[in-house]
Amino acid sequence: MPLLEVIDLSVSFDTPGGELQAVRDVSFSLDAGEILAIVGESGCGKSVLCKAVTRLLPDTARIKSGSVVIDGLSLSSMPERKVQKLRGQLFSMVFQDPMSALNPSLSIGAQIAEAVRVHAPCMKRSEVRERVLELLSLVGIDRAADMYKLYPHNLSGGQRQRVVTAVALASGPRLLFADEPTTALDAGLQTQILDLLRDIRQRLGTSTVLISHDLGAVARAADRGAVMYAGKIVETGTTEEIFYDPRHPYTWSLLLSLPSRAERGRKLHSISGTPPTLIDPPSGDAFAPRNPWALEIDYEQSPPMFRVTDTHFAATWLLDPRAPKITPPIGGNDRG
Amino acid sequence: MAEILLDVRGLTHRYAMTSSRSVTALDGVSFQIRHGEIFGLVGQSGSGKSTAARCIMNLLRPTGGDLHYKGVDLLDPKQRRENRRMLQTTRQLIFQDSASSLNPRMTLADIITEPMVINSVKPPRGSMRAEAEFQAAKVGLSPSCLDRRPPELSGGQRQRAAIARALCMEPELLIADEPVASLDVSVQAQILNLFRHFQTEHGFSLLFIAHDLSAVHWLCDRVGVLFHGLLVESAPTTELFENPLHPCTRALLSSVPLPDPRRERQRRLERFDTDTLPAAETLREVSPEHFVLKED
Repeated sequence: MPLLEVIDLSVSFDTPGGELQAVRDVSFSLDAGEILAIVGESGCGKSVLCKAVTRLLPDTARIKSGSVVIDGLSLSSMPERKVQKLRGQLFSMVFQDPMSALNPSLSIGAQIAEAVRVHAPCMKRSEVRERVLELLSLVGIDRAADMYKLYPHNLSGGQRQRVVTAVALASGPRLLFADEPTTALDAGLQTQILDLLRDIRQRLGTSTVLISHDLGAVARAADRGAVMYAGKIVETGTTEEIFYDPRHPYTWSLLLSLPSRAERGRKLHSISGTPPTLIDPPSGDAFAPRNPWALEIDYEQSPPMFRVTDTHFAATWLLDPRAPKITPPIGGNDRG
Repeated sequence: MAEILLDVRGLTHRYAMTSSRSVTALDGVSFQIRHGEIFGLVGQSGSGKSTAARCIMNLLRPTGGDLHYKGVDLLDPKQRRENRRMLQTTRQLIFQDSASSLNPRMTLADIITEPMVINSVKPPRGSMRAEAEFQAAKVGLSPSCLDRRPPELSGGQRQRAAIARALCMEPELLIADEPVASLDVSVQAQILNLFRHFQTEHGFSLLFIAHDLSAVHWLCDRVGVLFHGLLVESAPTTELFENPLHPCTRALLSSVPLPDPRRERQRRLERFDTDTLPAAETLREVSPEHFVLKED
């Protein structure tokens, strides 16, 4: 049985302009010890999806339908008091901005200790300290005993991100949600934090949902990937399938627009137009107006998830047996 | 070889912390940008890239060194006064943080055309509004954004407005401080294409400051590597990426993420220890145009 199962989740915001459908019929699952990356451009609904799963949505949001099951417990029908208990214990979250996620007036040791005590109120002082030092060394902070007393402003961005991760791991969650954990860091530190996520998985067996807009991060850290566009998951598969054999035109476009794939001096592929507004989204495939490979049916009817392999699914009419055969501009073989 | 547009020699900047302590952000940095050239400045965060940009734009007064732009001494107040209009219209800067560099009380249309208003430039496309729409379309902003104010927009939209504002003067030298770091890949591709287009069509020069080395590799003609305020290596792009000589450069190159799972997982970070950096070093030319910091 999967550790996390999300079925047909839809989330809307009521805005003065009408109902904004931020997440539309999203389903995915995650096994124990797996790292799933959700990739997409800003505004595609990936953060809202993450917040909906952890029940951290603001009051203006409304879960229209769908269910979230973590470890056999149905989160969507649970009262807030009970969810509060599970937060941290069963799942926890690594926030995006390590500058604002930490309290500047408390030492980092005290902040991690706070997270430890919330979930184990009876723990002795010395035990708490022991546990904090253990967490600090787990997230790769050397000389933990010296670092205990330092304040967030004494630390570099990478170290702060490690502390934020330690806070999230304080009560031994089985599932970690990491919302853009590396965006604020430079390339070398990004690699270190992504390796840390893999290392934690190796040592503690923690599953991770990694939310990112950076395909390089996905390639490094994730076992499986889900590509989101306009509130929907358009393609899901193992990391290798997504990068070496992508099937959805949006995934093609994303990969083609990376400068590291392009030849020097050749024009970069860029996606024309802008993403649709999610207030009253188009009835067909939301990507169709920007898609050079769009079929007529794309404008009328939204495609179901077509199966490519047992792990690889994509929502594009191009996979329908009746669709014309086209040569994908990228991938289609094992080497990419 | 094209004429030198910007000449930076021995640029040094110290930020004073207290009256007795200071931090050296730039330490004797020299490089030249020629007409129609895209020069990349790369380095870890805190290596002095933004300080260099601010010194070149006269936003900071350097502690030492020489700055010449089109033959004008940028550090001489008299020469600066005499060439004020030329300096203001042909040099433009795109700031790193679009949240704090756009006036939250102005609409995007006003922001984009403000440089033209200030310099009383007659809009070539008739009205200021038409000009704003033209520039917005170029960076992929929809016209509906033009009547909104920065806080109502996403980071990507704001960044594109900042780029449109800099481009509306059709500058000869554009200094772009991390212009694409906050953008999504598809928009990033569009902006990089636009920079390349401006270079080939209008022959403008660009100082491109970035930490994303794959974008630098694709866009720049020459690259300089900064490390703790020192320019440790500078070379034509292909030469630098194929034959990095300084350990800092090698460490930096090993940190480039690849959108390719198998190769990406085999990539190892090269460690670089600051202590191994010898104290006395000079910049030497090892092959044509390839300079590297070496021991005396």
